Amino acid sequence: MLAYSLPSDISPSTYVNAASLVRIVALGLISAAAISSRLFAVINFESIIHEFDPWFNYRATKVLASEGFYEFWNWFDPTAWYPLGRVVGGTIYPGLMATSGVIYNLLHALNLPVDIRNICVLLAPGFSALTAWATYMFTKEMKDESAGLLAAAFIGIVPGYISRSVAGSYDNEAIAIFLLMFTFFAWIKALKTGSALFGTVAALFYFYMVAAWGGYAFITNMIPLHAFVLLLMGRYTSRLYVAYCSWYAIGTLSSMQVPFVGFQPVRTSEHMAALGIFGLLQIVAFAQLIRSHVSSKQFQDLLFVSVISAAGLGMAAMVLLTYKGWIAPWTGRFYSLWDTGYAKKYIPIIASVSEHQPTAWPSFFMDLHMLTFLFPFGVLALFRQLRDEHVFVIIYAVMGTYFAGVMVRLMLTLTPCVCVASAVGLSQLIDTFVDPREPDVEQEKEGGDAAPSKQAAKKEKNAAPITGVGAIDDIVSTLSGASSPEKDKSGKTKAGIFGLDTRMVVLFNTAAMLLFFVLHCTWVTSNAYSSPSVVLASTNPDGSQHIIDDFREAYYWLRMNTKEDAVVMSWWDYGYQIAGMADRVTLVDNNTWNNSTRLTAGCAAHIATVGKAMSSPEEIAYPILRKHDVNYVLVIFGGLIGYSGDDINKFLWMVRIAQGVWPDEIQEPNYFTPQGEYRVDDQASKAMRESLMYKMSYYRFAELFGGGQVMDRVRQQQLPKQSPTLDYLDEAFTSENWIVRIYQVKKEDSLGRDLKSANGFAQGKKRKRSKPPVKRRALA
Amino acid sequence: MAGPKASSTAARPASSSSAGDSSAIQSLWRTYNDTTPSRLKLVDCFLVFLMLSGIAQFLYCILVTNFPFNAFLAGFGSCVGQFVLTASLRAQVNPENRAEFKEVSPERAFADFALGSIVLHFFVFNFLG
Repeated sequence: MLAYSLPSDISPSTYVNAASLVRIVALGLISAAAISSRLFAVINFESIIHEFDPWFNYRATKVLASEGFYEFWNWFDPTAWYPLGRVVGGTIYPGLMATSGVIYNLLHALNLPVDIRNICVLLAPGFSALTAWATYMFTKEMKDESAGLLAAAFIGIVPGYISRSVAGSYDNEAIAIFLLMFTFFAWIKALKTGSALFGTVAALFYFYMVAAWGGYAFITNMIPLHAFVLLLMGRYTSRLYVAYCSWYAIGTLSSMQVPFVGFQPVRTSEHMAALGIFGLLQIVAFAQLIRSHVSSKQFQDLLFVSVISAAGLGMAAMVLLTYKGWIAPWTGRFYSLWDTGYAKKYIPIIASVSEHQPTAWPSFFMDLHMLTFLFPFGVLALFRQLRDEHVFVIIYAVMGTYFAGVMVRLMLTLTPCVCVASAVGLSQLIDTFVDPREPDVEQEKEGGDAAPSKQAAKKEKNAAPITGVGAIDDIVSTLSGASSPEKDKSGKTKAGIFGLDTRMVVLFNTAAMLLFFVLHCTWVTSNAYSSPSVVLASTNPDGSQHIIDDFREAYYWLRMNTKEDAVVMSWWDYGYQIAGMADRVTLVDNNTWNNSTRLTAGCAAHIATVGKAMSSPEEIAYPILRKHDVNYVLVIFGGLIGYSGDDINKFLWMVRIAQGVWPDEIQEPNYFTPQGEYRVDDQASKAMRESLMYKMSYYRFAELFGGGQVMDRVRQQQLPKQSPTLDYLDEAFTSENWIVRIYQVKKEDSLGRDLKSANGFAQGKKRKRSKPPVKRRALA
Repeated sequence: MAGPKASSTAARPASSSSAGDSSAIQSLWRTYNDTTPSRLKLVDCFLVFLMLSGIAQFLYCILVTNFPFNAFLAGFGSCVGQFVLTASLRAQVNPENRAEFKEVSPERAFADFALGSIVLHFFVFNFLG
């Protein structure tokens, strides 16, 4: 018995063709939506690189495009980390640049001379379309094509992923999520079929992922965890052996080709899980082989004991090796994921990055909207079937949720899993309610339902065409229609839904939710995630847009008005932008947090040096500046227009980082008032008022107010009417809205005096000269 | 598969004395010789050779030097990788596992094996330095 009638004169081949056409069209539309929803920033502003890190990637890509791959591979950058320089080839993941370089050369070979900047800007949207496709393939392995299309539609527009992949955000994550999903897809495929081909494909994409993003450690631990859980569940098969071993053997060897990774896969704790499971699988496989030859209780016992003891021995060996120091323990960055208080206590550089904070509840809802509550439902739906590949998504869900809760930044790795699980759950719901079969109880309903059903079916088609759900409904209904007659003949279905009205209620609600999801995603993308940090936008009272372009103004001034080899000191946030836009030598840059713990203590000390110079009085800072050949000092100051991300607000981190290296010279409590407040007004502490950062930020600031109240719009505090004076630095440039202030470091006094007394002498002399006329006038 | 042999071994007492173990190994060897197809035996010979080669390299690394560490890793990795790929091939072409590998015919398995080995050795040669 059917709730609504279905056309019966369609041949199976027509159905198959129509279904694949719908799939192709839907995937095409999803790709188009994924690309176009990422273009807000390009259309609203211009086609430029946005954040801080992408500026380095862009600069490296320019080298690759203009000088070729070998030059890029061996590139030593003398302009970064000024006295030290930076071996770029050995300290980056080159996958992103190589990808853009390949695309660049390909387009040029096709006589499409596209600027490398536009390739960099539009790489992330392009790859988001590929991510949607990879998610489709992955989810197809979990359930079916309709769930795959839903998942692709979700990940195409979900803000949690858009936030890291808008046009202009030329960061590693842009291609990494695609590689993540495709590696997982290949792994699942290899596990299902037991084919070494897919294991090899998984290894190759794993290699690409290793070359692209430091988050490859997630894959390195997810796949072994999956294999291990399958082993514990007693689901060992030869397919698992084939898939895992071919992935691990090729993947590990290939991952070591990336210079930045080097010997880490055999030396560090992050990679030991994969090695351990590899060893365990060999033992288990060997035991299985023997068991197949001799099946006696005696042997089984013997082997069981030997397998467990071998596994225990291997574990003990690893612990011992780690303990002895042959295997490096967790790096601080990973360790801070487990011990969440670790970074704040020991590595302030890691804790100072705002992305490394725990996630608040609203940001889950903002980034995922209704997927937040569909996600547990999807995971539950997966539990009820629990095939081998479902175990993977469940583990991924648990791990991903934990990590996303610990760190805002890792929301990105959770998002694909959320999309997949939600799509499985939602498509199960839709399947149930679109299925036209009714439980066989009464015959009388049959006549009444047939007439309105066609209209209703048409309505359904029109209800949700936006996310592609309409298309999925079509497929599902046609599918169930094609298969339902035989099933209905064969026997009664026990569970089911009566009537069209119940179906309509649920489906209408689902469609409405999907519609709201689309609206929410578009709104969040356009409002929250599509603003370039290089250009600040504000709206005038009449609604027109006012653009504050101080950063580029100042960087361009540096580029045009200073010597080519001038050294600019700034806080490390701006290192990449100065190198990228101003093309000047920098002392420290954003490449800190992956270096500080592992590569060189020199880099960490270097940042602390800059922190010390910024937080010390001028007399102490000046020798530091001279020792490092600093010509210009650049500070960001938002007090005039209320730009809150300025250096005074970051100042405490500078103090903390400097304190870590020179605890007896810089002390954080000195920068607070006796009441423990962080103030910049006339109650500010002495260390605060004398620090170089304070003086540089507020130098001549009071003059702007012409004797009125001097107001800092970020801190909302009134400053003293007397601006601080500078003896060792000269103001060289201040941008239109006073956001970027550049100071020139003075040369030593030619008479060998220190600059303070020289300055005082110069001023005192002037005062003496100007006094006598006054006196004379008074006399007269 | 091991059905007929199981009856003869199961008759023994379950105590794991050394005499029982040695005879168990003997019977394992006998069963293996009797039941394994010859092409699987060929594969097993190759596996044993790879294992010996890997052990030799590992001993050299421990006893003498690990100085060009990348060369050691490449050589050892090629042994291990080739070993597991061959073992995978063995599992796939084993007639006992027909039910598990429905989608992988023996010819397809060999093609997969060849491709995997080529990729593996490409990386090995690249890593030798």
